Amino acid sequence: MKTANAFSLRLRDPRYYQIAVLSLLLTYGVAVLDFGIRSQNALLIVVTALAVQFAGTMYSKLPRFDPLSPLITSLSLTLLLRTDMASVAVLAACMAIGSKFLLRIRGKHIFNPANFALVSLMLLSDHAWVSSGQWGSAAIGAFTLACLGFLVLTRAKRAETTIAFIAFYGAMLFGRAIWLDDPFSIPLHQMQNGALLIFAFFMISDPKTTPNTALGRIFYAALVAAVAYTIQFIYYQPNGPILALIMCAPVVPLIDNLLRGRIYRWEQAAEEKIGQIKGVF
Amino acid sequence: MRIFATVIAAALTVVITATAQAFCGFYVARADTSLFNKASQVILVRDDNRTVITMANDFEGEVKDFAVVIPVPTRIEREQINVGDRAIVEHLDAYTAPRLVEYHDPDPCMRYEYLKSSQDRAVPQATVAERERKVARSLGVTIEASYTVGEYDILILSAEDSGGLIRWLTDNEYKLPKGAEKVVDSYLKQDMRFFVAKINLEEQSKLGYQFLRPLQVAYESNKFMLPIRLGTLNAKGKQELYVYALTRTGRVETTNYRTVKLPSDTEVPEFVQGEFAEFYRAMFEKQVEKENERAVFLEYAWDMGWCDPCAADPLSSDELRKLGVFWVGDSAERSKIAPQAQNVFVTRLHVRYDSKHFPEDLVFQETGDRQNYQGRYIIRHPWKGEASCDISSYQADVRKRQEREAQALANLTGWDIDDIRSKIPFPDDTPPPPTDPWWKRLWG
Repeated sequence: MKTANAFSLRLRDPRYYQIAVLSLLLTYGVAVLDFGIRSQNALLIVVTALAVQFAGTMYSKLPRFDPLSPLITSLSLTLLLRTDMASVAVLAACMAIGSKFLLRIRGKHIFNPANFALVSLMLLSDHAWVSSGQWGSAAIGAFTLACLGFLVLTRAKRAETTIAFIAFYGAMLFGRAIWLDDPFSIPLHQMQNGALLIFAFFMISDPKTTPNTALGRIFYAALVAAVAYTIQFIYYQPNGPILALIMCAPVVPLIDNLLRGRIYRWEQAAEEKIGQIKGVF
Repeated sequence: MRIFATVIAAALTVVITATAQAFCGFYVARADTSLFNKASQVILVRDDNRTVITMANDFEGEVKDFAVVIPVPTRIEREQINVGDRAIVEHLDAYTAPRLVEYHDPDPCMRYEYLKSSQDRAVPQATVAERERKVARSLGVTIEASYTVGEYDILILSAEDSGGLIRWLTDNEYKLPKGAEKVVDSYLKQDMRFFVAKINLEEQSKLGYQFLRPLQVAYESNKFMLPIRLGTLNAKGKQELYVYALTRTGRVETTNYRTVKLPSDTEVPEFVQGEFAEFYRAMFEKQVEKENERAVFLEYAWDMGWCDPCAADPLSSDELRKLGVFWVGDSAERSKIAPQAQNVFVTRLHVRYDSKHFPEDLVFQETGDRQNYQGRYIIRHPWKGEASCDISSYQADVRKRQEREAQALANLTGWDIDDIRSKIPFPDDTPPPPTDPWWKRLWG
């Protein structure tokens, strides 16, 4: 009985779906789109992330080692980070997972781990970059990505961050096109960006680093969209959404202060049955 | 009627005439006629927010009809415009061009390799860019200033009057392509500015240039982009564009379109040597289709300090400086060290675009990737000398290799495999191609 419960608890954990979808995207990227992802770097990222998570578990005296979150972070990093140096890949994994344990406010980590590592390394080193155009803009590809991502979100029951971000960002892009009297093919093309969709579905949606209330999350998504737009179309810098997320992350504790809600737990769906699980990830 | 030539109307010639010996085979391709029509060449020198853009055009027609409207991401002044040297652009084109290399099989009966080579270097001569500056009178409210730079009359348009450009062009009988006004207006709202360059016939005859020399503009802007939207308005089918980026850190790619490496390092049949231009055109066409006509293609990414094999010598420091690579030292400082350690990375991108598949301007970013890449295709000549031993197994190997090359060529270009086979000189006395079922040869 106990085993059956544990199994059903696992199936309810959205992270399994997330890992499956991210792995699928990675396979598609490598096999079809010829991404230039180095398998050695991918392996280094996964191994390092798991090792740092293990060390962090020991250090924080957590009851059990949880490999799922570092695996998701590793996959996100592998999908987005491009580097020609193995050491940068290792450093990325260390910074990502390390930030979860070290940069915390009131029981929540501040930054999405993959986002923190990506931005820090892009700023610190010439050897890290994000190839946002590499996904192409094939409409069908974008559609598939969106659907697959949505699956993850509905399982995570926190789809409003993603929907709000896409709605606000899309509104700004279309608004800009109207202001410039540009054809709508331009904002449509801008929206059909694989990296943007991966960001919306797999990064900003991270329930651990978004506000605890639905209203807070919608406000937060609007803020990230506005900052991303500013970076991309007023300062003309690439990777607007990824930069915007890290800039807005410190606002989350303030939003939580104003709008109180429950801290997200991955196993939330099964909590009522088996009680509180002590753990932070 | 004057002709309104948008942005940079040009027909690019991929001039690959140099032959040089190198470690990885011998560069042999000759395709000194235009590979692609209606093509433009743009060189973007970029570091931090400083950009120097060189636009080479190969305008065909009466030069008195020539006028070009160039959008630039920021307000510019007279000193920011220069007339460059066409030979340097051609040199950069030759240096980065896709190449065909050849290897000769050694005598299968000998134990050492014999490689026949010819060395014939053609180094484009760089001439010093001429500069002539003459301030002309202001043309009133819509034109801020007018100058003569080399053989060009340059009109810098006032930033204050957004409709000025359209009005001026219409007043001066320039024919605007349909939809140009909207695009110009959109660019102006995005704080872009324009200048108009037309030919000063008097100056041109004085200078004696037969071709139009490239225009150069230096500016500071966060925008690392290339406005292509005006170029799509002419509606004469797809446009061909080559972008050469010269940067300090690494390879350049587009952030809003896929940047795809063209297939490279493929062994192709010997006859491709005589049809390299056709081969390359067909292969490019096939790759464009494969990417649904939406990709930007990488043709070359290399550290400017060297090449292997060299389609042409790397550019000298002097040439680089003339292209606007402001961070390389002048020739006096480095005369003995050159051409090593230029600290310049060159990326050659090739894009075929129209407004349907490329609705938005090209936006670039510099990456940290310094991995060298080149479009390189290989031919291997079988040993044709007198054999002093039994070479049947060597000939069987050659036969297999030729079949492999035929299929690789068919895959790359979409050409008919039988046509390809008919052009391959298969060695005599070898088994027929492996199109026969395998069992036919099983029991002899």
